Amino acid sequence: MTLTTTLTDLANPTRFLSLTARVLPWLTAATAILLAIGLYQSALAPDDYQQGATVKIMFIHVPNAWLSMFVWSVMSVAALGTLVWRHPLADVAAKAAAPIGAAFTFLALVTGSLWGRPMWGTYWEWDARLTSVLILFLMYLGLMALWRAVEDPSRAARAAAVLTLVGAINLPIIKFSVDWWNTLHQPASVFRMGGPTLDRSFLIPLLVMAVAFSLLFVTLHLAAMRNEILRRRVRSLQMMQASRQAA
Amino acid sequence: MTALTALIRRDIRIALRVGGGALIGVLFFLTVVVLMPFAIGPDLALLARLGPAILWLGALLASLLTLDRLFMADHDDGSLDLIAMSRTPLELSCAAKALAHWIAAGVPLIVATPVLGLLLNLDAGSTLAVALTLLVGTPALTFTGIIGAALAVTLHRGGLLLAVLVLPLSIPVLIFGVAASEAAISGPVSFGTPFSILAALSLVSFVVGPFAAAASLRHGLD
Amino acid sequence: MLSGLDFSVSSGQALAVTGANGSGKTSLLRTIAGHIALTGGSIDLEGGEPELTLAEQAHYLGHRDALKPALSVLENLSFWRDFLGGEISDAGQCLKLVGIEHARHLPAAYLSAGQRRRLSIARLLTVRRPIWLLDEPTSALDSAGQTLFANVTRDHLARGGVVVAATHAPLGLEAKELRIGGRT
Repeated sequence: MTLTTTLTDLANPTRFLSLTARVLPWLTAATAILLAIGLYQSALAPDDYQQGATVKIMFIHVPNAWLSMFVWSVMSVAALGTLVWRHPLADVAAKAAAPIGAAFTFLALVTGSLWGRPMWGTYWEWDARLTSVLILFLMYLGLMALWRAVEDPSRAARAAAVLTLVGAINLPIIKFSVDWWNTLHQPASVFRMGGPTLDRSFLIPLLVMAVAFSLLFVTLHLAAMRNEILRRRVRSLQMMQASRQAA
Repeated sequence: MTALTALIRRDIRIALRVGGGALIGVLFFLTVVVLMPFAIGPDLALLARLGPAILWLGALLASLLTLDRLFMADHDDGSLDLIAMSRTPLELSCAAKALAHWIAAGVPLIVATPVLGLLLNLDAGSTLAVALTLLVGTPALTFTGIIGAALAVTLHRGGLLLAVLVLPLSIPVLIFGVAASEAAISGPVSFGTPFSILAALSLVSFVVGPFAAAASLRHGLD
Repeated sequence: MLSGLDFSVSSGQALAVTGANGSGKTSLLRTIAGHIALTGGSIDLEGGEPELTLAEQAHYLGHRDALKPALSVLENLSFWRDFLGGEISDAGQCLKLVGIEHARHLPAAYLSAGQRRRLSIARLLTVRRPIWLLDEPTSALDSAGQTLFANVTRDHLARGGVVVAATHAPLGLEAKELRIGGRT
């Protein structure tokens, strides 16, 4: 039993490193191309008859907002991987995802507040949805603080996994808060009963951008996981170095 | 002087490394301020009026939270014994540690203030006024706070006891900090009067804090 | 707690304070270091630098190693060198002497108990102090470490230093013994 665990410990991250080394260049290229197409299409999209050119913030804001929640779900699956299946890469995946998720959430908040300025006349409005995204951002930061507070990553992993799963309860609240509380914020308009209300000229660039940002996340996440694995190797090499007796 | 700069640089380094508490203070500040509207309600006009008070209370609690381990960590690993025995007067070492703490944990709070001002619907001028009063007032919080941190070592208890000891000491700072910010925003008192008193409180704390902390540490070592 | 003690140590001499657990060896050292106030009697230093107190001319090596796990080995040592001041020698050289030079840039968190002790001994060497107050200096040290410690202490005594060490184990050098607490 212990032998097999040790073997997977050694084999899996190594296989992961060599696999991602081959995949990452292609992923990076695909992300760059798709982002370029998406941005070009967004620039060409017509102005909204009510909102004017500011509507184009949507093409950045919405993918970021989607990803802010999606990354937490990825982390929740990884947390299950840590707690239930004890997969050796699970806590690496969870740790690597947190800063990226925090960055997407931050961008969603910033673009949202820039969008809100011309719409509402104020950068910030305490409406249900914005507020729950802000709480999500705080939870990302808290999780990152937890990872930083403990020097030994395997000890931090379980605590972080529990916190991630508890935080996952927050995700549905964000998604449906628009319907629960009737507020100033735009009602959800893409996935609504009876099909999208968004015009095709907006919808296509938005979907392209959403796919591009998802690819961006996958690329960044794999790269960050590689860094984390290497960082842990450096750490254990350093510990071996420290315990080496001076000749 | 080398001794003091070495101490300041060490403390800042530790605060910024893995396990250090500098950025957790900012996160705590952010969280406290975000919680306020849930209790008060999302009324922007009301939030703008309460803004300076909320920011000051948040900064007060955040700087208190991180003070907890200031001397306790050095006591637990034996560093405090050596610091007390050194040729640098203990008063100066206490002042250096307080300064390092303010740079690592206090300055980030001031930097975060504009973002939080945005959340509380404060306009640019008001946010600037609050940030300015925090810049002048938070050193007083740190330098009076070290007295509590030193007592915590003496009594072998930190956490809540520290809060109970230090919070009453910081009431004058809170009064004049909020008064100065509100004077800048709405009047009728001129900004200069409470602001000068706030600055004076900080200057007094530079003297009183280190001496009181050193005195209590001397008795606390055994 | 301790009473009726009368002892003297002169330059170049080591005093080994022995006694059962709880007999007050640590308290005696901490009293000499100035951490515990004397309730009666006196501790006098003849010679030395007149403007400095005894504590300011002494090194104290306690149970705890005064190391910050987040800082590297060299950062820990350089801090104490800069903070304690006085007559100093090269920190890197001292690390080499105590046998942890290979770990100089690694966080102190990775050191074993024996290596932490060696790093503390490096502090005694980096900054010159005539009086060494050592509390169980050889605990956690392996036999090579104990030899190293004995050599280092002998050098210090040869330069006219004074050593007061609380100990259970033999120090591995010539020392006057002060037995406290025991009624035998």
